[in-house]
Amino acid sequence: MNATLVLLGVFIVATAGTALSLQNIVRSVLLLVLSWFGIAAFYLWAGAEFAAFAQALVYGGAVSMVVLFAVLLTRRGHQDATVAPPPPGRLLAALLAGGAVAGIIAATVIRTPFASVSDEVPVLPVRRLGALLMGPHAAALLVTGALLTAALLGAVVIAAGAKDDKEGSP
Amino acid sequence: MNTLQLCLILSGLVFGIGLAAALARSSAILVLLGVELMLNAANLNFIAFWRFGPAPEAGTGVLFVLFAIAVAASEAAVGLALVIALYRHQKSIRLQEATRLRG
Repeated sequence: MNATLVLLGVFIVATAGTALSLQNIVRSVLLLVLSWFGIAAFYLWAGAEFAAFAQALVYGGAVSMVVLFAVLLTRRGHQDATVAPPPPGRLLAALLAGGAVAGIIAATVIRTPFASVSDEVPVLPVRRLGALLMGPHAAALLVTGALLTAALLGAVVIAAGAKDDKEGSP
Repeated sequence: MNTLQLCLILSGLVFGIGLAAALARSSAILVLLGVELMLNAANLNFIAFWRFGPAPEAGTGVLFVLFAIAVAASEAAVGLALVIALYRHQKSIRLQEATRLRG
């Protein structure tokens, strides 16, 4: 059980770390998609199948395509998908900040006495999930639907933009 | 160290990587990807606590993750639309050059 988790963890951390340190954005996105699939595999391992499929569909399918489109639409040349590496000072500060946060979290988790956990994987059938979504959490589902609609309409309006706003400005 | 602690440490590491990327990179797309990774780290925590929590049949962790994924998807759509609008005005997606509210 733990070996699977360690393997998944190494995969997720390695792909995410490599993805966000590369200079080529297309390669970064493709590696990060692998990391998102690793996280979906973690959900499967934990017994949350529906969340795993949602993660694979939304992140692996939709978000990755949106990001790739954004990369392709914002390239300078035909072949140019690279970004300059960050200056050493900022890179060092960012690594220190990220490392400090991860270190504080890890130290706190290790020192906290947790009750012993069961190795039994919980079962949450989709039927029960649907009943929960349509019953006690129906209001949240409606709000999320309205938020998604508003966000996607807003994204279209922002991305389409006004064609002649450049000529209008001095 | 039990399995729950291992999951929480993994989530902390993923959060640290996302934070470092969001702070270090100057490309707006990579900063957004760092933020997405931090959201994913939070989702890992929800699932871990649901998996090892006292009442997994309530399904609260899974439901929270589903809503978080929906919100993250809309955040990515709006964020990348902003990146495209930024590129249209500045001809660059470097955040250092995005110093004006209206291009």
